Amino acid sequence: MTSTNASNQELPPAAAPPVPAMRIRVRALDFFYGTTRALSNINLDIPDQRITAFIGPSGCGKSTLLRVFNRMYELYPDQRAQGEVIVDGENILAPGSDVALLRAKIGMVFQKPTPFPMSVFDNVAFGIRLYERLPKAELTDRVENALRRAALWDEVKDKLARSGLSLSGGQQQRLCIARSIAVRPQVILFDEPTSALDPISTAKIEELMRELTADYTIAIVTHNMQQAARVSDRVAFMYLGELIECGDTEKIFTNPDRKQTEDYITGRFG
Amino acid sequence: MNVSGISAPESGGLVANASPAIARPNGRAMDFCFRHLAGGMAALVGLLLIATLAAIAWDSRLSIHTFGFGFLWSSEWNPVTGQFGALSFLVGTLVSSAIAMLLATPVSFGIAIFISELAPRRLKQPISSAVELLAAIPSIVYGLWGLLVFAPAFAQVEPWINDHLGTLPGIGPLFQGPPMGIGMLTAGIVLAIMVLPFITAIMRDVFIMTPAALKESAYGLGCTTWEVSRRIILPYTRSAVTGGIFLGLGRALGETMAITFVIGNSNTISASLLMPGASIPSVIANEFTEATTPLYLSSLIYLGLVLFGITLLVRLLAAWMLHSMKRGTPLRP
Amino acid sequence: MIGLYARRKLVDRISRVLMPFAAFIGLFFLAWILWISFSHGLSALRWDLFVNDTPPPGTDSYGMRNAFVGSLILIGMAMLLGIPVGLLAGTWLAEYGGQRRLARGVRFLNDIMLSAPSIEIGLFAYAILVDPLKHFSAISGSVALAMLMIPIVTRTTDEMLALVHADMRESAVALGAPMWKVISKITWKAARNGILTGILIALARISGETAPLLFTALNNQYFSLDPLRPMANLPVVIFQFAMSPYANWQKMAWAGVLIAICFILLLSIVSRLVLNRGTAKS
Repeated sequence: MTSTNASNQELPPAAAPPVPAMRIRVRALDFFYGTTRALSNINLDIPDQRITAFIGPSGCGKSTLLRVFNRMYELYPDQRAQGEVIVDGENILAPGSDVALLRAKIGMVFQKPTPFPMSVFDNVAFGIRLYERLPKAELTDRVENALRRAALWDEVKDKLARSGLSLSGGQQQRLCIARSIAVRPQVILFDEPTSALDPISTAKIEELMRELTADYTIAIVTHNMQQAARVSDRVAFMYLGELIECGDTEKIFTNPDRKQTEDYITGRFG
Repeated sequence: MNVSGISAPESGGLVANASPAIARPNGRAMDFCFRHLAGGMAALVGLLLIATLAAIAWDSRLSIHTFGFGFLWSSEWNPVTGQFGALSFLVGTLVSSAIAMLLATPVSFGIAIFISELAPRRLKQPISSAVELLAAIPSIVYGLWGLLVFAPAFAQVEPWINDHLGTLPGIGPLFQGPPMGIGMLTAGIVLAIMVLPFITAIMRDVFIMTPAALKESAYGLGCTTWEVSRRIILPYTRSAVTGGIFLGLGRALGETMAITFVIGNSNTISASLLMPGASIPSVIANEFTEATTPLYLSSLIYLGLVLFGITLLVRLLAAWMLHSMKRGTPLRP
Repeated sequence: MIGLYARRKLVDRISRVLMPFAAFIGLFFLAWILWISFSHGLSALRWDLFVNDTPPPGTDSYGMRNAFVGSLILIGMAMLLGIPVGLLAGTWLAEYGGQRRLARGVRFLNDIMLSAPSIEIGLFAYAILVDPLKHFSAISGSVALAMLMIPIVTRTTDEMLALVHADMRESAVALGAPMWKVISKITWKAARNGILTGILIALARISGETAPLLFTALNNQYFSLDPLRPMANLPVVIFQFAMSPYANWQKMAWAGVLIAICFILLLSIVSRLVLNRGTAKS
C-alpha cells in the first residue's frame, strides 16, 4: 500500500486521482486516559488531498483521535494509545518512531488561536528554525510564502514586527495555519478551528482549507455539522469512543448506513 | 498554485531533506539535560526544609545531649554556670504572640469585612494596597519605630493602664508595672501590626470568594450587613479564616528583629505584661555572637530548634485548615 | 418585635462604625511608621553617608558607604544563587510535575519553607557554612538570603506557568519543538510578567532582612569586597546603630531606614506595574 504514495506523486496536484491514496491508516486503535478507555478498536483510512471531517457529540473521542495522529497525548503521563497508526508506511506508535519528525510532517491547528508571545514574523519562523538553518533572505521568503498561502500576507505585511497577539481572532488563526504550513507538513489537523471565531472569519478559514486540499491531507474535528457538510469530502461519525460510520460526505448526510448516524445528523440527539 | 514555493507533499517528505540533523539529536540531549536540571532543582527545593531541620538539630546536639527535654521546662539561663533552659523564652514567645493574635484578629476581620462588603468601590483597592504595604515594611523598621517612637509614647499611656486595668479583679496583676514603654505588651502590639496584613489578606480573599447567591439570599431575608458577615460569611469561611489566623501566628512566633528592639530582653518570667521579657528569636539574635562556650552556642541553636518545631506545628495546622481553599499563603507585591 | 428590630439595627450601626475604624487603625499605623521614617530619615540624609565608611565608636565621622555596597553585593549574590534554582524548580513543578504526587509534595514543602522564620534560615546557613569554615562570611549571608528567595520564586513561577494555556504549549509541540525549546522560547515568555513579579517580591522580601545576616555576614566596620570575609550590610548596621548610645549613630540608622524603605517601596510599585501590564494584555 505504501507504493501508492509514489504513484500519487506523478499526478498533478489539482486533479486528484479518483481513488485517492490513503495517507493515514488506523488499525485496531485503543486509547486510555488512565484506566478509562476513550477510544476502542478504531479502524480508518484518511485519504490524501481530501478533507476528512470527524463529527459526533462532545466526549465521543474525535479530538482524542486527532491527537493520536501527532502523538500529542504523550505530553500527559497517564494517557496511552495501543494499536497501529501508519503514516507513510511507518507505524508512528512503534517505540522507535521519531516524534519530532512526525510532528514536522503533521501540522496542527487548535480550537483557540495560539499565537506565540513574539512577533508575527517570529511566529511563522519559529517552526522553520526548528528544522533548518536558513540564510536571512531565504527565511524571509519562506515566511512570506507561508503567510501568502494562509491568505494573511496582505493584511500583515506592514506589521510583521508587531506582536502576534495584536492581530484579530481570525487573523490569529490564519497566523497559526501559516505557522503550520511553514514547516512544510503533509497533513494538517484542525481541532475545531473556527469554534472561537465569528462567521466572517469562519468563512475565510473554510475557504482556505478548501484551497489547501490541493497540497495537503486535512483532518478536521468539528461540532458543527453544517461545517462538516460544507468543507469535507469524507465524514467519520464517532460515538462513545467508537467509529460508527465513515464515508463520502454526501452519502453520510443523505443516506447513512447506520441508524445512530442518521439520528445524530437529523438532530435527534447530541 | 505552487508559485508560493510550498510544494505538494511528497512521500519522501521535504523535512527529511532539510538537514534535520542540526536540530534533532541536539534537541534530545538538551531535552534530557533541561528536564533533569529542572528536576534536580525541584528536588533541592523539596530538600531545603528537611536539610534546615537536620542542620539545626545537628548543631544543637551538644545541648540536647546535656539537657534533654528538661531544657523545655527549666527557666535557668546562666552562661556563667553553664545552665540553660528555654522556659522563660518559651513563655515570652507564646505570650507576646498571643497578645498579637488577640489584637490583630478582630481588627483584621473588621478590615476584611470593610473591604469586601462595606467600602465604596473606589476605596477597596487603595485600602487593600495600603494594608499590604504594612507587610512590605522590613521588621527592622518596626523595631526602630517601636523602640524610639512607639515605646516612649506608650510609656505615657501606661500609668493610665496601671490605674484602670491594673485595679481590675483577676486580671489586674497583668497590667501593673513601671511605665517603661518597652515590655511584653509593647512587643505584642508591635507584632499585632506586623501580622495584621497577612491575616487581613487571607480573610479578604475568602470573604470575596463567598458565593454572591449565598449573601444575596441572606440580604433578601432582610439581614443587615453585620448579620450577613457574622452569620453567613464567617461560618462559610471558618476553616480558611482559622487557617489564616494560624498563618499569622506562625509569623508572630518567628518574628525576630522587631521583638528584639521592644521586648526589653530580660530573661525572667514576670506576671505583669508591662515588665520586660524575652522571646526565643530575640535571645538568639542578642546573644548569638556573644556565646563564648560551645554549650552556650549549642543551647541557643537548641532554642532555634524548639522554635522551629513550634512554627512547623502551627504551619501544618494552618495548611490543614486551609486545605479546603486552594493553596497556602497569598503572594502579593 | 419592635424592640428586637431596633436592637438589630443598633448592632448593625455599631458594626458600620467599627469596621471602618479597623481599617483606620491599619492605615493609621502605616501612616505613622512611614511618616516617622521619612521625617527622621530625611533630616539625617547627608552626602557623607555615601562617601565615608561606618565610623569607629566615639568619632564624629558620618557614613555608611561600606554598608550600602555590602548590601548590594549580598543581594546580588543571593539573586545569582536563588533565581536560577527557584525558576527551574518552579518550571519543573508546572511543566513536568503537574499534579503528580511528587510535585504536590515538593509544593507542600516549599509552601512551608515560604513561611519558615528567617532566623531559622540564618541558623541553617550558620550550621552549613560558618561553623565548618570557622568564620563569618558574606557568601554565607547570600546563601541565607537566597534560601529566603527560592520558595517565593519557585511558587510564583509554578503558578504563573500553570496559567499559560495548554493550547499554547501544544501548538509548539505540534510543530515538533522539543520541550526545552517550548519552555524557554514560549511558556517562559508568555508568563514573563508574572515570573518577574515573583522575583521582585522576593527581592523586596530579602532587602530588609536582618535576622539571618546576624549569624552569617555579620558586620564589618571597614569596606570589604571579599565574599569569604564578614561584610557590612545595611540592616545589621541599622540594628547596631539603633541600639547604640550615640545620637550620631541613631541618626544614621534612620537614614538607613529611609533608604531601605524607599528601595522596597520602589520594588513593590514596579512589581505592581509589571503585573498589571501582564494582566491587561491577556
